[in-house]
Amino acid sequence: MPESAAMSVISLKDVHKIYRTGEIEVHALRGVSLEVSRGEFVAVMGPSGSGKSTMMNLIGCLDRPTSGTYILDGVDVSTMSKNQRADTRNTKIGFVFQSFNLIPRTTAVVNVELPMVYAGISPRERRERARTALANVGLAEKENSLPNQLSGGQQQRVALARALASNPAIILADEPTGALDSKTADEIMKIFEQLNAERHMTIVLVTHEPDIAAHAKRLVRFRDGEIQEDRPIRHRDEELKLQAQLEI
Amino acid sequence: MRIIDIQKMAVHALGKNKIQTALTMLGIVIGVSAVIAMVSLGQGAQKLVQDQVAGMGTNVLQVQGQGQYSGGGGGARGSTDQSQVLTEADVDAIRKEIPAVAMATPVVQAQGQFVNGNQNWSSRIEGSNEFYLDIRGWKIAQGEFFTESDVRTASKIVILGKTIADTLFPGGEAVGQSIRIRNLPYRVIGVLAAKGQNSNGQDQDDTAIMPYTTIQKKMLGAALPRIQRITVSAISAAATGPAKDQITALLRERHQIRPGQQDDFRVNNITEVAEAAENTTRVMTLLLGSIAAVSLLVGGIGIMNIMLVSVTERTREIGIRMAIGSRGSYIRMQFLAESVILCMVGGFIGVLAGIGLSLTIAHVMGWPSFVSPQAATVAFLFSAATGIFFGYYPAHKAASLDPIEALRYE
Repeated sequence: MPESAAMSVISLKDVHKIYRTGEIEVHALRGVSLEVSRGEFVAVMGPSGSGKSTMMNLIGCLDRPTSGTYILDGVDVSTMSKNQRADTRNTKIGFVFQSFNLIPRTTAVVNVELPMVYAGISPRERRERARTALANVGLAEKENSLPNQLSGGQQQRVALARALASNPAIILADEPTGALDSKTADEIMKIFEQLNAERHMTIVLVTHEPDIAAHAKRLVRFRDGEIQEDRPIRHRDEELKLQAQLEI
Repeated sequence: MRIIDIQKMAVHALGKNKIQTALTMLGIVIGVSAVIAMVSLGQGAQKLVQDQVAGMGTNVLQVQGQGQYSGGGGGARGSTDQSQVLTEADVDAIRKEIPAVAMATPVVQAQGQFVNGNQNWSSRIEGSNEFYLDIRGWKIAQGEFFTESDVRTASKIVILGKTIADTLFPGGEAVGQSIRIRNLPYRVIGVLAAKGQNSNGQDQDDTAIMPYTTIQKKMLGAALPRIQRITVSAISAAATGPAKDQITALLRERHQIRPGQQDDFRVNNITEVAEAAENTTRVMTLLLGSIAAVSLLVGGIGIMNIMLVSVTERTREIGIRMAIGSRGSYIRMQFLAESVILCMVGGFIGVLAGIGLSLTIAHVMGWPSFVSPQAATVAFLFSAATGIFFGYYPAHKAASLDPIEALRYE
């Protein structure tokens, strides 16, 4: 499929990752190949230790594969230096974490501006873009609030605004609803769905809740460092039924 | 990333922990102000010594008679009257026979009651010849000094110190007036320029000068020519050493002192004494400065400690910053900027505090107030360097964190 490879935002080919801690060798990824095209919404599932976190770190350019290649948005990042990877994270990837990870005692708008500060964007432009991003997640009037003055859902929306503000190629969300109640989790997932549907944002989301995974359009399941299952999700209700059957 | 943004971030981070920042800064403030105060005080003391030495005259040697203890057989000469040892002939010999000597004067001292109408004042009188003023480097403010013929004729004239003149002639002109000292009338022909207090708090202007012959013949009426001291000036600072040796040799010969026998006089080289005093104060300054520098060093170590704690505390924050695209070097620059700003602000406050401290101490001690600009500059630059030196390791530690590990840090 040369055509689809050209359209891929993420292209992993036979990626291995081996951690060495002293004598012990951990084979975290055993030959993973994955193509994610622009505008896809992928849910990554799997038990802990299955390699999904390792893969997220690789996709997020926080780490390098031991072998294999990783092409992000047409650029080979598997051989990049530390600084090049930092710049790539800055411009191409928007992170959303389980624990929100806002800088404490720093206002929402300054948190959203932060990636643009590292990108060297002028204060006026980044303030404008940060405000727009906050408005997009429905927090226009909270821009001067500190993280500890915001609810969990609001903090995660600030984090989402921060991820979006630098116009990344992909959004990487690691258990983004893990620390939220189900109602707030639903609200956050609605925003993800909206971003995917309206702005064709490519989203890769790690979760172990079938309920949350069902918001995505494609499911990738990991087991023992390999991709065990990779299939489209057609309809949310069907998916939930299917998941329920598998549980039994 | 823009430099201004790094500075803003650093200031913002310091502002988050105001008490911690203030306490850390205090270490630098104390260090810098201590260095400035100590060095300034030391240099002030040095200046004081220099001023005093200048007041004693240039290239001056003092010859004083002293009791001789020859011990052993015969009648003990014991303690000869000091004032009997030196003679006018000694003065002439020193002046004429020793090439290293420029000028020499006998000094005869007396104490007396000065009276002008109903004003009276007790003070010290120094008798000398016409060279005295030049030897001691003193100046006449009004009137004139006496001449060789005044010495020869033992004229009843006097030159007053500022304090005496002001006391006897409040608001009036002293020169040309007649006063009584020990019930004899003397004409005031000059007033000395003010010299102020010396380091012992003694008023240097509370002295009068007249020809030594006048004191000997008119005032004391002594049969013997008594001379307490001979004050000599050498032709140059370098000549003071040879002059001392030559005077010693000459006087031993003149006083017929056999080899092995003790001198019945003592020659003091004021330049030597001054150099020793100056050396002492210089060493003191260095010592005080080094002790103060140690406190600056301790302040720097305090900064390093706080920065290390701060890096650990903010590990997760560093992880977040790296994840959203900060290069390691930006993290390093931010932490380095924090410690440098801490030190520079602390250093600046320290400079102000140090200047205030040295002025206050100088005022309390009654020393000439003096702020060493070199010490201020060096201490400030040193504090900035402290910031870089002690901030670098914590900053480097922060920059080399692994973002994955840092993000996982609780």
